Amino acid sequence: MSEWTLFEVFVRSKHGLNHKHVGSVHAADTDMALENARDLYTRRSEGVSLWIVPSNMITASATDEKEALFDPSDDKVYRHASFYKLPDEVGHM
Amino acid sequence: MYAQMVETGVKQVKALDDMSPEERAFQEKVDAEIKIEPKNWMPDAYRKTLIRQVSQHAHSEIVGMLPEGNWVTRAPTFKRKLQLMAKIQDEAGHGLYLYSAMETLGADRDEEVEKLHSGRAKYSSIFNYPTLNWADMGAVGWLVDGAAIVNQVVLQRTSYGPYSRAMIRICKEESFHQRQGYEMLLTMMQQGNDAQKAMVQDAINRLWWPALMMFGPSDADSPNSAQSMAWKIKRHTNDELRQRFIDQTVPQLEILGCSAPDPDLKWNAERGHYDFGEIQWGEFFDVIKGNGPCNRERLETRRNAISDGTWVRQAAVAHANKKKQRAAA
Repeated sequence: MSEWTLFEVFVRSKHGLNHKHVGSVHAADTDMALENARDLYTRRSEGVSLWIVPSNMITASATDEKEALFDPSDDKVYRHASFYKLPDEVGHM
Repeated sequence: MYAQMVETGVKQVKALDDMSPEERAFQEKVDAEIKIEPKNWMPDAYRKTLIRQVSQHAHSEIVGMLPEGNWVTRAPTFKRKLQLMAKIQDEAGHGLYLYSAMETLGADRDEEVEKLHSGRAKYSSIFNYPTLNWADMGAVGWLVDGAAIVNQVVLQRTSYGPYSRAMIRICKEESFHQRQGYEMLLTMMQQGNDAQKAMVQDAINRLWWPALMMFGPSDADSPNSAQSMAWKIKRHTNDELRQRFIDQTVPQLEILGCSAPDPDLKWNAERGHYDFGEIQWGEFFDVIKGNGPCNRERLETRRNAISDGTWVRQAAVAHANKKKQRAAA
């Protein structure tokens, strides 16, 4: 199996929704990866579209650096609509 | 349980105060039910134990196809044959979800499969029993998949993210397996002739005890449970899960109109559980050691599948290369 490539599989469950990561498959090439992903992840109409991406092409943020990456956005409350107080007569905005 | 007697390599569970800062942070996350993901720091023993547990679980799914494969060409109707093939295909899928989860721990799939084939890795003891009559297909679905569900439902909350997510997918599909097995037995009991009914009882007689053994040794003989529970890669003890399985299965047995091969099986109103007879642990340990009725045959079949399939894997690579060259030209 090691001579085959590892691919990550993403499934769009319905039209209008994003593709979502579901797992991985091994395959000799992309055509085979799509077929294997179909057999493995959509046996019960779980999807309408598949993406496959070679696993080594994905760059991920390190989960241990979570604070450094994501904390800076935590103190920016002015980015949320609820930060702005408007009089009731303005109604829904 | 599909993973039995998974070694942790740990003699005693450490107290928080005896841990290194990293280890302590890890354990506190686990205690707070925060999932551990592949890139997070984890103790080496946790990683190794999980690789052993998840690979054992995956091997069980794959070897588990063999007792059922025995009946594909002999299914009594086309409908039953299609159902059986769909179930076997699911087992292959479950094995692959689990191998994928195992690979996120840095394990190599080929190496782990090789450990299975050389007898260094285990798989569930249940698949070393033969499937002798057609009713065994029903009994396997109902009892074996039923026992697996009891174990896997709790493993959906296991601490390792990829393992937990694989379990959630698997549990969604297992219920089909159990229901089709039970419906098959019910049909035989309600519409079958005497010989067919006897076949159902015979299947239950042979598979009842091995199904109870799937949960692994009694708690007193499970030296690894404490650490596995602390890491939350195991959520309930073997005896708890076994009792849960028995309690939910006995009423189903009565609806079938069959009996269990256990004279001591009876409701205990005081405990609120069924009492049951002594499990023959000598047999269990014998099967685990490789001396069950089908151990050798199962491993030989797996080894042949890999070696006979070598040319197919090579041809797939050659074909992929040829396509790539054509596209480049």
